[in-house]
Amino acid sequence: MSDPREPAEPLEPREPLEPREPVEPLESVNATEPANLNTAEPAAPAVALTVPESARRLADGEWHRLHPATPFLRGGIAFVAIIGVIIVNARDVFLDTIFGGGSRELRFLERFAESSLIILAILAVLVILILSVGGFYLSWRMHTFRITDELVEVRSGILFRTNRRGRLDRIQGINISRPFLARLFGAAKLEVNVAGQDANVELAYLGSAGADDLRVAILQLASGTRAAEAAADAAAQAPTGVTGVVESRVNEFLAPELDPQAAPPESIVRISIPRLIGSLVLSEATIIAILVGIGIITTIIVTGDYGWIFALLPGFLGLGGYLASRLTRSLRYSIAATDDGIRVGYGLLSTTNETLPPGRIHAVEVSQPLLWRAAGWWEIKINTASQATSSSGATAKTTLLPVGDMADVHRVLQLILPSLADAKSRELLECGLAAGAHDDDYVTSPKRAAWLRWFSWRRNGFVLISDAVALRKGAIWRSLVLVPQARMQSVSMNEGPLLRRMGLAELRIHTVAGPISATIGALDRNDVVRFFDEVEHAAVHAAGVDTSHRWRSSGANTDSPAPTPREDNA
Amino acid sequence: MTERLDLPGAEWRGVSRKYTIVEAVGLLITGIVLTVATSIPTVLTGIQWLAVIPVSLGIIFIINIALTPRRVRAIGYMLREDDLVFRRGLMFRRVVAVPYGRMQLVDINRGPLDRAVGLSELKFVTAAASAGVVIPGLPEQDAEELRDTLVALAESRRAGL
Repeated sequence: MSDPREPAEPLEPREPLEPREPVEPLESVNATEPANLNTAEPAAPAVALTVPESARRLADGEWHRLHPATPFLRGGIAFVAIIGVIIVNARDVFLDTIFGGGSRELRFLERFAESSLIILAILAVLVILILSVGGFYLSWRMHTFRITDELVEVRSGILFRTNRRGRLDRIQGINISRPFLARLFGAAKLEVNVAGQDANVELAYLGSAGADDLRVAILQLASGTRAAEAAADAAAQAPTGVTGVVESRVNEFLAPELDPQAAPPESIVRISIPRLIGSLVLSEATIIAILVGIGIITTIIVTGDYGWIFALLPGFLGLGGYLASRLTRSLRYSIAATDDGIRVGYGLLSTTNETLPPGRIHAVEVSQPLLWRAAGWWEIKINTASQATSSSGATAKTTLLPVGDMADVHRVLQLILPSLADAKSRELLECGLAAGAHDDDYVTSPKRAAWLRWFSWRRNGFVLISDAVALRKGAIWRSLVLVPQARMQSVSMNEGPLLRRMGLAELRIHTVAGPISATIGALDRNDVVRFFDEVEHAAVHAAGVDTSHRWRSSGANTDSPAPTPREDNA
Repeated sequence: MTERLDLPGAEWRGVSRKYTIVEAVGLLITGIVLTVATSIPTVLTGIQWLAVIPVSLGIIFIINIALTPRRVRAIGYMLREDDLVFRRGLMFRRVVAVPYGRMQLVDINRGPLDRAVGLSELKFVTAAASAGVVIPGLPEQDAEELRDTLVALAESRRAGL
């Protein structure tokens, strides 16, 4: 068993940790690893468990209200714009009345002001103002939430009441986002994602620090740590010595933003800005745009008709917008392990920060667009059970690593699939990402499948790695799909007339909806039938021992993919 | 042509023969509607070669209807210890295995044709994106028993998502 927060790879000398990083407790299993990487005694759980009083108050099962600025932030830009327009107009009129002058229009306004209509108008504005302020106040009053041991519940609406409950053991992720405007006001939106299409319980807006604390509190409740246990743990952790306490103080002091874990865990992957820009420039979209551009410029030269330029413009504006939005979204990217799963942060102006508890990732795809091969870059996407239909949020959530080299890929994979940390699995993963390999453990397509997989038949294959299924596909657009057995929904094998004639078949592993489809075709049918049985048994077994829906509860098995970080320390 | 994709040593439980009627009548109706609809342009314009579309559609549907008994025989399901296995298809064979613990819900549907011959359709839904397993042509009694069995089995092997 391995801990997702253990140092990424024992062989790779990791750069010394900064002192403010909360050091993870090492388990006895990990004692063989170079312990000098970690400079201090375990302090993280103690810090993590001491949930600030404010958060405990919010998560006490009673009804609470949101941040008072909520209606304003929700109305957002529109509200600001309206106020802006009113102020600008009022100022003009005001100045003009003082300094006389003005155009005929204003003289009209003056006449208007002198007439009795002005009283009516002022009254109307006042009534609208009072109504809207009252409405906002009421909607804020009526918008309440509570968090109990079992569920998170939100009530809202004045005329049409809505009431939404999410079960804590079905949490698929907690997302804290801070849109730019909200950030200015120190507010944050906390979204509790449960499984399903658009099934999220949204707490918008909370105080920024409060949101972070609340996340810890919710995750703690969801993880199955009973309050009493938590208290006992905290007590057990308390005498970790002066160093622990001092360190936690220092951590708090040095932390750039208020974070419940005293200091944000160090990101295991850093994307330098040149790499990010390079990855965007080398994407297929850019290449297509350039080709289209060349085509249109040639047309202009040949026909001499400059009108074609206008055909070029919208495309380039669109592309520019797309690239810029991808860039700002991926800036300040960070991914790190916490006690309660993986935390992925994004964003320069508007930030999002998502926590995925263990066992919430249903499929992983490591892929490489053709143009990235020279640079050796890869992208990692995931399927999770909660989907957002909002366009911008969806891509951010399904892309776990926008761009990274091989070492980054291994670090991230180890984080999300901790069971693949041993040497054998690592070797298989490397084979899965390498070029066309024939003689590794992957069961690949037979030679006769070359008719269907012209270039990739040598690569096209599958293997069981530890407790995941790996499907290796594609020679030009390489990809490796990993599905944890505990998350498989069902397995199927298919064949059509053509495949049957060639003695081939297709294998498909059904996972929750997402960008990844775990399908592999053109394989020998006997291999497929055998693998089908093998995978199905593995899936049934894995589902049986899996306890990651309550990832820290006492029932957690040592061989489950969800580690129980503190059981060896108690 | 080699044999079809199958699990070695599997004992499949077939569906009711009466399902052939449901399937054939359904195909017949769609076939007639489509053939008539696509022959409208020919009748209106009098262009001869446009008749190719309704004629070929008609032939496809006739072959399809003729194959219905075999296709219905190819549908099978099997309750194994830990999972439900389902297969269907002649030309396009599909074999699916779903662990009981993955069940999210079981639906029983009855269309008008199904009702006329006393059959039901059982739908086993998982959290996966694809629709899951649909077993057609079960006698009403069997469908309800199967549903209860499946629910009980799923309860005893409950798993997370």
